[in-house]
Parts: sequence; structure tokens; C-alpha cells
Amino acid sequence: MAQRDEVHASLFVTCIVDQLYPQVGVSAVRVLRRHGVVVDFPEDQTCCGQPLYNSGFTQKARQLARRVLHSFSLSEYVVVPSGSCAAMLKVFYLELFAGDPELEERAAQLADRVYEFSEFLVKVLGVENVGSRFPASATYHSGCHLLREMEVRQEPLKLLEQVEGLELVPLPQADTCCGFGGAFSVKYPHISQGMMDDKVANVLSTGADTLVSCDMSCLMHIGGGLSRQGYQVGIRHISEVLEGLPEEGGQPLG
Amino acid sequence: MAEVKTRDFVAASDAAMQDATLKRALRQVGGGFNDARLDAIEEVGWEVWEEWREEARRIKIHALDNLDYYLELLHDRVTAAGGHVHFARDSAQANSIVAEIARSRGVKIATKSKSMVSEELDLNHTLEANGVDVYETDLGEYIIQLAGETPSHLVAPALHKTKEQVSELFHQKLGVPLTDDIEEMARVARQVLREKFLSADMGISGANFLVAETGTLVIITNEGNGRLCTSAPRIHVGITGMEKVIPSLQDLAVFLRLLPRSATGQRLTSYVSMVTGPRREGDEDGPEEFHLVLVDNGRSRLLADPDLREALYCIRCGACLNICPVYGKIGGHAYGWVYPGPIGAIVSPTLVGLKEAKDLPQASSLCGACREVCPIRINIPRMLLHLRQRLAESPVDTENASTTGERQAAQAYSWLMSNPAALSAAAKVGRLVQKPFVSGGKVDKRVPLPLVSRWTGGRDLPAMPPRTFHEIWAQSLEAEADLRE
Repeated sequence: MAQRDEVHASLFVTCIVDQLYPQVGVSAVRVLRRHGVVVDFPEDQTCCGQPLYNSGFTQKARQLARRVLHSFSLSEYVVVPSGSCAAMLKVFYLELFAGDPELEERAAQLADRVYEFSEFLVKVLGVENVGSRFPASATYHSGCHLLREMEVRQEPLKLLEQVEGLELVPLPQADTCCGFGGAFSVKYPHISQGMMDDKVANVLSTGADTLVSCDMSCLMHIGGGLSRQGYQVGIRHISEVLEGLPEEGGQPLG
Repeated sequence: MAEVKTRDFVAASDAAMQDATLKRALRQVGGGFNDARLDAIEEVGWEVWEEWREEARRIKIHALDNLDYYLELLHDRVTAAGGHVHFARDSAQANSIVAEIARSRGVKIATKSKSMVSEELDLNHTLEANGVDVYETDLGEYIIQLAGETPSHLVAPALHKTKEQVSELFHQKLGVPLTDDIEEMARVARQVLREKFLSADMGISGANFLVAETGTLVIITNEGNGRLCTSAPRIHVGITGMEKVIPSLQDLAVFLRLLPRSATGQRLTSYVSMVTGPRREGDEDGPEEFHLVLVDNGRSRLLADPDLREALYCIRCGACLNICPVYGKIGGHAYGWVYPGPIGAIVSPTLVGLKEAKDLPQASSLCGACREVCPIRINIPRMLLHLRQRLAESPVDTENASTTGERQAAQAYSWLMSNPAALSAAAKVGRLVQKPFVSGGKVDKRVPLPLVSRWTGGRDLPAMPPRTFHEIWAQSLEAEADLRE
């Protein structure tokens, strides 16, 4: 294969996937590789800084953002298995560095190369059918940042619709926030859980056995509520569904 | 100024969520408004809608950028039409201006159409203390006045009350029989208020818009009470925030399209009243005197603040309240001051003091639905973030509300995330420490860490897996690619 035709992408795995849901990163890498992408993983990466940014600690958020700008300065594409963290890199870094010409320029250069995982598959690779099989009845939850900051609405659904064996049931009130909101979820747990209860009820109303999203943070929240309330609805990141069930003899690495 | 209870946010919002009646009221009304809004937009088409939004925003930007010019023009045109313009620096001055007009003209009874600014000033109590009987004539406002409450929604002030509660209130206060017929309740209110309209010396209104080039006060209502308040009594006092000025009547057109559709899904409200000065010679009716009170009360602080200025573009349609999942859970009163919901979480802290209202900008998941529905495209989440930044980092003592614990947590987090080796070590320690608290792949509820317990109160937390992604990558995933080649 001619080197120049290859698509190179760096994975920004996000700290939540790194620490709590590593199998999501594994699936993302495998799906990308299956479509010929040469994936690298800058190993000094940690967190995008969004928890600090959303709590108002912008100076400390800048400190982490500068690390990301550095780690991914040579990347052709930066693929992020999270709409929220992708929005941090693509949208909020520009605000974070507004007024600092040099860093603003670097943030703008990064922004042009950042894609959320499903967005990357559809918009950059031009793939809608990844050829996977995942027998389940699923409903799809979109994170708010994916919808309203990244403006990625249809791409995840296009991908999921092509998955063999996957029955996709529409989620009522799909555009309503699940109530996670980062620090909001522990600062105002009563409100956060009230919002979560509505989302849980909507998920249950679909009768689906699997809840799919592009954001593990939402899934940790809604899934945490489902499991606490004793419901057997599983949570899956879209990359896991697109990887499909492991082939015979294969074991998930996570 | 209206009583400030923003410090009680956590307790008030918690209590609101336990209130089953409120829950029912919020579900019915808020969602209904938003569905109606969407239908109204579908009718004109999204492309047209977006053009209107763009135009309205452009007008607001221009008007606020040139506010001094348009206020002077407005002043001159109102004066030329025979009216009087008063500028009030703060709520005390605004209240005393209206009280003095009432005192010097021997006003005994005043009728009011709905005005959020008068709520902000707590004008009714000032007038009552000066011997004036004040009657709210908007049905929702009348209900909450009878109940001794404050509005819980910008457009539907009594949204928090069910019809059963209103019936009970009328029964107690007006001595009428209980009924579940809303028409009948409206008839009772109409009967009481009609008499007040005829006997009032002073009519008080707010303003949705002030047209500078013609000196015109514009109010839009559905009940006709605004028209009676501004035409029947011998004195009309219009009182509003100074940001309501727009340059021309032509500019008004787009706002008349946007506001009702955004608020209630109506193409147009039942009444659009445009008042220019008092009764002129030959007019059959109208007041003998017209006063316009323009209130600052902290608005010039917003105007001077490039990061928050666009909060002044708000036309008080309430669409952001109707879509907000937080407002939908806690209702308006929990916010603790006159302006609730997403826009209130910006306006209230600026007017009552940021530290005083520190929870308001933080009690948001930043989902962005408010910005999406705002007819003026006000970037509410960005301003909430900005206020959070001041709360965390401001060098000004009246703004910085961060605790030592929060600052230390932020410091520890940024240090950990700046040191990959330390993070990796912390993950290993975490996997060991969590062992006694893990069952079935989940962390159970007994973890004695404050943050974790605030999560696990109502949600399970996944246990940390045997390996991080970093470890999987280094140990096998990176090589997996080589195997395939």
C-alpha cells in the first residue's frame, strides 16, 4: 500500500475511557484499523481539561489543554470516542485561548483536525456500513455536546442502522440532557438524578436491551441509574457495537 | 428590591423536587409551550425562522451598542408626544419616582398589567406602603398576588399552580364556590378586576419594546388587561428596563413575529398595544398623563461587560425556561429571585451579586438547549461558564466563591493529569484500594469519599478495570496492528 494513501489518526482516548472503560478504546482502534487507518496513541495524553474548565478553573484547564496541543501537534487527524471531549478540543480550546494569538492559532489548527469517532468514520472515511454484526435491540442516546457543539446528529444513526442484527428503537425526548453535566452530577445530585430518572424512564419505554451512545460519561450516568434501579439494560459505546461481537475464539482485551 | 433568596438554592430546589403538585404543573405547561413553539416554527419554516433570529439579534446588538443615542432619542420623542421620561439608577429610585407620581396626584387605586421589572423592584409593596391599593390584572399575576407569592415563570407567572389550587385560593380569598372549571375562575377574576379598572386612578404597565424613533411603548398581551390599564385610568406609568429600546417601528416587526411564537407558539398575541404619549386633543380616551420610568438597576454593569452584555438582548419569551431540563425539574421559585431559568441564572447573579447567587450559574448541565431555542441566539452556556470562571478565579472578593477544598481539588486534579506517571501509579493504587468496596463489577455505596458518595447516592459506579487503556495499548494493542500486517 502506498504510504501516502494511508490515513493516519491519533487516538485521544479520553480519561474516562482510559481509566474506566478501556474496552471502548480497544474497539475504536480495531474499527479504525479495519478501515485501513493507521492509528497511533500518544502515550503522554491524560485529560482534555474539561472538568476544570466547566468548574471555572480556566487557568488550570489551560495547563492541561496545552499538554494536548503539544501531544497532538503532529497528528493528521485526532479521533475522540466522545462528543463531549471532542467538543472541548474543537470548540472550547478556542475560547480558552482567546486573546493569546500563538496558542489560539495552535488551538485553531488542532480544531480543524479533531473528529468525534462516528463523525470521523462517516465524514472522513466515508463509511456508513462498517460490516459488523451485533444482535441486540438498542436505543441511541446522543450527548448534548455531540449534538449542539459538534453538531453531529445523523452520523451515529447512519452507522448503527447498517449493523447486522441490531434493531434500533427511537428514544423519546432524545434531545433532552441526561443530567450528567460533569461536576454538576455531584454538586447538585438531586437535580442531576431527577433528570436521569426521566432519561431512564424514556430508555425503558423503548423496551431496548442495550443503550448506545458516543459518550461514556452519559452512559456511566444513565447506566448507573439503570443498574441501581435494578434494570438489565446494558450500556455500549458505539465503537463496541461497530466492532461487533468478538469472533470465535477471540476475547475482548479489556 | 424584591427579596433575594438565592442563597437557599440547594434546599429550595430539593424541596421543589419533592413537591408532587409542582411536578405535575411543570410537566403539563412547560412541555406544552415548547411543542407549540415548534409547531409555530414549522409553519413558517426553519429557514425563515433563522433569518428572523439573525435579524432580531442584529437589531439588538445595534441598539445596545448605541444605547445612549437611542435612549436620548426615545426621551425626546416621548417628551414631544407630551409624556414624561424618568431615569432610575436603582430600584429605590424607581420605586420612589412612581410613589411620588402617585402621592402628588392623589392616587388611591392602581391597576397593573404584567411587568417583570416591577417584580424586580417589588413596586407593589412600595405603593401599598404609600397608601395605594394595587391590583394585578394579568390573570396569572392576579392569582399569585392573591396567594402572596412571586412569579415562577417569565410568561406564565402562576405556572406552578394547578387549577385545583387556584380554585381553593379563590374560594378562600374571594368567597366563591369551589370549581374545576377554568372558564368560571377566569369569569370570577374578570368580574373583580373590571370594577378595579373603572375605579383606578393609575395604570401601570411594563413594556415589551420601546420604539425610539416614535417614542412608543409596546406591550403584547392575551387578555386585554394591558390595554385597559394603559387607557382607562387618568395616569399611565410605563416602567421597564432601559435595554428594551429598539430603533424603529420597522424593527419592531420581526420581534412581534419572534416573541409570541417563542413564548406560547402563537402567531401573534390577542392584543398588541402601542402607546405614544398621553391622550391627545380629539382622542376619545387615554390617560391625561403618561410617564415612562426607565430602570437601570445593574443593567449598565451588564452593558459594560463584554462577556455578559448579550444577556441584555433577552426579550423575556421564556423559551429557555420551557426547554431547560433543570427548570423542568425545580420550577422557578427555587432560583430565589425574580428571573428564573437559564437566562435568570445570568441576569440574577449580575443584579443581586454573583457570590449571593453562586449556585445559579453552577446548577446547569450546560446542555445548550437554551441557546438552541433562544430567538435572539443568546449564548447562555458560554455566559454560565464565564460566571463560573469568576466564581472560581476572580481576584475580586465579592465574586470569588471558591472554597479551599475546591481549589485544592482543582490543584490536585491538574497536577495528577499533568503527570502521566503519577496517574498510572494512582490507577494501580485505586485498583487495590477499591477492592473491599467492589461487588459484581460495581463500587458499592460505602466508599467514604465525599465526591464518590454524592455519585453513589442514586447511581452505581463502575469498578476500575484490571488494566487502563494505556496499559492495554502498551502490552498488546499496539502490537495487534503489527500482527495484521
